[in-house]
Amino acid sequence: MLEDLPILSIIAFLPLLGALVTLFLPQGGSRIIRFTALVFTFAPLLLAIALYISYEPAVGGGAFAEKLTWLSIPLNMDAGLSNNGVTSYRLLFDYRMGIDGISLPLVLLTGVVSSMAALASVHIRKRRKLYYFLFLLLQTGMYGVFLARDLTLFFIFFELTLIPMFFLIGIWGYFGREQAANRFLVYNGLGSAFMLLAFLILIATAGFSTAPSATGMQLTFSGSYEVLFANLSDPNAAANLNSAMHLSDPLKWSAFVLLIVAFGIKLPIFPLHTWMLKVHAEAAPPVVMIHSGILLKMGAYGLIRFGAFLFPDQLDSWAPVLATLGVVNILYGAILACAQKEFKLVLAYSSISHMGIVLLGVASLNETGLEGAVFQSVSHGLISALLFLIVGSLYERTETTRIDELGGLARVLPFTSGILLTAGLASLGLPGLSGFVGELLSFMGLFDAYPWLTAAGVLGLLFAAVYVLRSVLSMTYGGLPDRFAAVREVRFVEALPMIVLTALIVLIGVYPSIMTDIMSHGFDGMIKLLQPGHGG
Amino acid sequence: MQTLTWSETWYLAPEIVLAAFTLVLAIADLVLPGRINRDLIGWGAVLGLLTAGVFVGWHIHDLGVWDSAGRDPYYNLLDGSYRVDDFGNLLKLVFLGAAALIVLASLGTLKKEEIPIKGEFYYLVLPAVLGAMVMASSGDLITLFVGMELLSITSYVLVGIRKSSGLSGEAAFKYVVTGGTASAFVLYGMSFLYGVTGSTRLFDIGQALQSGAVGDYKAMVYAAFFLIIVGFALKLALAPFHAWAPDVYQGAPTPVTSFLGVVAKGAAFAMLYRIFMNSALFAVSDNAQVRDDLYLALAVLAAAAMIVGTVGALRQQNVKRLLALSGVANAGILLIPLTLDVTNLHSSLFSEFFYYLLAYVFMNVGAFAVLTAVSRESGSEELSAFAGLYHRAPWTAGAMTVLVCSLAGLPVTGGFFGKLFILFGAVQNKVIWLAAILLATTVTSYYVYFKFIRQMYMRGGESEKQVRVPPAVGFVIWLSALASVALGVLPKPILEWVNDLFSVTKDFLAP
Repeated sequence: MLEDLPILSIIAFLPLLGALVTLFLPQGGSRIIRFTALVFTFAPLLLAIALYISYEPAVGGGAFAEKLTWLSIPLNMDAGLSNNGVTSYRLLFDYRMGIDGISLPLVLLTGVVSSMAALASVHIRKRRKLYYFLFLLLQTGMYGVFLARDLTLFFIFFELTLIPMFFLIGIWGYFGREQAANRFLVYNGLGSAFMLLAFLILIATAGFSTAPSATGMQLTFSGSYEVLFANLSDPNAAANLNSAMHLSDPLKWSAFVLLIVAFGIKLPIFPLHTWMLKVHAEAAPPVVMIHSGILLKMGAYGLIRFGAFLFPDQLDSWAPVLATLGVVNILYGAILACAQKEFKLVLAYSSISHMGIVLLGVASLNETGLEGAVFQSVSHGLISALLFLIVGSLYERTETTRIDELGGLARVLPFTSGILLTAGLASLGLPGLSGFVGELLSFMGLFDAYPWLTAAGVLGLLFAAVYVLRSVLSMTYGGLPDRFAAVREVRFVEALPMIVLTALIVLIGVYPSIMTDIMSHGFDGMIKLLQPGHGG
Repeated sequence: MQTLTWSETWYLAPEIVLAAFTLVLAIADLVLPGRINRDLIGWGAVLGLLTAGVFVGWHIHDLGVWDSAGRDPYYNLLDGSYRVDDFGNLLKLVFLGAAALIVLASLGTLKKEEIPIKGEFYYLVLPAVLGAMVMASSGDLITLFVGMELLSITSYVLVGIRKSSGLSGEAAFKYVVTGGTASAFVLYGMSFLYGVTGSTRLFDIGQALQSGAVGDYKAMVYAAFFLIIVGFALKLALAPFHAWAPDVYQGAPTPVTSFLGVVAKGAAFAMLYRIFMNSALFAVSDNAQVRDDLYLALAVLAAAAMIVGTVGALRQQNVKRLLALSGVANAGILLIPLTLDVTNLHSSLFSEFFYYLLAYVFMNVGAFAVLTAVSRESGSEELSAFAGLYHRAPWTAGAMTVLVCSLAGLPVTGGFFGKLFILFGAVQNKVIWLAAILLATTVTSYYVYFKFIRQMYMRGGESEKQVRVPPAVGFVIWLSALASVALGVLPKPILEWVNDLFSVTKDFLAP
């Protein structure tokens, strides 16, 4: 039944509809605004769950794919090509949406984290209408990124996350919010620029195809992912021949490196990470839930979708570089996390460390490792969303999240402290919780080819135990400062998302095949492309 | 020598209408008693611009009929010194439409203390537009120059129209001096061109250059074109010839600033297109090197303008100076399609140029209209005048957000697709360095344009007083914002239309 509906577009555009609806609600009606926002946030989540259940990995997502020609722009040819029997010369921007085993878990993650962040936004009291308007707009961008199958469409959704996020950080954050928003904008804008240049190179070369028609030749440039994928692997495509559309080796490498940098900023890869620390520290907790839980994963997704799938050979020869960068990320993040006094910064550095593991998975270029990368993305998305949910609830009560100012919270906040400990344990990779599976798969994938780098990366897990336990224990145990004696336990509306996220972390921790099965055929197409005999 | 016959005046209908309206309005301003609101003259000017626009539309339709009947879709007047073709008509529509919007946005907002004779402002816009139209339609160096002077001289008066303001006087003086210098450069270059080829007619110049004139007088050809390029770089405020722009933009009344940024710039581009596409295109000659050098010079100018404009705007706190420098950067972007030359692969990027020009008109006119509304309330043209606009005028702030997104080239707006098409052309022609500079400056410009966003949404204003937006200004603001979005969602109809009308071979390379 789902196949009959343009289900992917409905998921992506329901939040946009919700945003437009909120725009016309009265400024003062904050309850109705919040209610509308929740409805339009949970509806796509339910659809995503239905999609997840009905998806059959062996069949793939073909039945759900949507394709429309959105724009077909004529290119001028009257002084040259028209004399050579060409009747149509166009630049196509297709509206293509698609789903496969890689994007589906991330779509579901987007739904879950957005919904929980919407619930957690109960603490947002300023300018609610604008807040929920932007919040919904951001969701459309995020769903779109994971669903789009055309380069330009992908780019538009990618940029669509940029603008609302700038506002969300800059208006509702803490003291340094404007600086954080600026830095976010400049770094991510730079990433987008790199990405767009790479995309344009691809469209102008690999996107070129010819089709004979009754009246003459039809030449088109297209950014459609399928066209690019087919042309890049076809030795007779114009991109691979010595033509005006030749994608020469230097050009190919430039596009590849541009993409790595673009998504590397988003992920973020050390040393492109400074913007992300600011955002973690200065944005409002629900916004950080989205940022850390979903937006960083767009970097991982982009690396896999465009780095690994379109440039398998380039990625293969750069695997040691990526793996090394991954190890640097892991160790740098973990070691600095040990030294932080502010809990939010511990979490920020821990995110850098965990995203390093994603890089290792991508660098492995085999099914286990890539599955590990996606798994790690989802798992870290859930864990960091949960942790920042707790940060938000704590800050409401204590007005600080500095580790040295907190202590003994287990006495007044037993429930929250319990959840915090669980989330911490998941973060350090305790078996039975989701973090463990992602790390295990990524390390296993990389081990065959780069045992030493893997060993160095595993060292990061040790540090993880140190920084998690150090910060969580000193916050929850020890003496309780007097001013926190009257602190009240969380309300139901705050507890609910905590319970849901914890349950999911446990669920995919003890039963990982609920996700790995979905991914199982996702990488087939790419693995086949790789030259035989490499990787694990 | 061919003379103008009575029947041919039909082809000059838009120009004649503008001239007639100018005369009527000037006389009306003179004889009408002082108690009658001079906004009436303004409405008359809008009417004149729209009427001329209707005639241009009529011409476009007629040419389309000719084209489908197998006749060449252009008409030469006076030995081809004046051409009615689709290239000219398309640009005339932009000039007329932009000028109409600018006059509309100034209705009811000009302050009597600043501009004592308001009627003068309204009826001087018309001859300026007439000059721009002549520039777009000329097929001869002399007509081109006459059009340019008509536009320039009227603009000098318009810039200095706030007689009591020192800034305005300074601006007018600077504009006269740089404008005069620019004209001198252009004229000097043109005289070289005439010397080498023996003709002032663009088509003949092109033929002569192709048939070997270049070989004998290569240095002269270089000198001619470089002098012309420098002259236009001054007119367009391309870096490093841009230093006058911030001062002049700041000193001129806001509607005039908007006019300089859109119509005067567009007209200079039209002229540059005419000269370069007609005569610098030695496509079949053995002197490809000269051509390549000239296009490279344009590309370098474009790059310099983008970089200098964007970097200069980073520290500006005055909105007009900021938009002046943003105009420098945008002129660089608009120059890119011309620099990409005509190749077999992609015959011309005129549709891309036209699309971005259109998007630029809306974002620029819209932003200046918002500035008009905001500064009317606070009397300040600094960025801080926008502080807390979200509270004081939420809908205007919303429209300004859209315009800012278009200026910054964020989706889904006309600015985004405009830049995307130009970028694609550059990448397709493998001029990656220029595309990279365009992208880098675009990212830097986020910081510039988001200053507006920060002021509007993240700063408290000095007062919570609501900003009252006059209806005509509100109309222009919203039309610009909606058009920016519409161009972004559906860029196809415009591009399809331009592609159908415009043709390199018939508009430029035909006698």
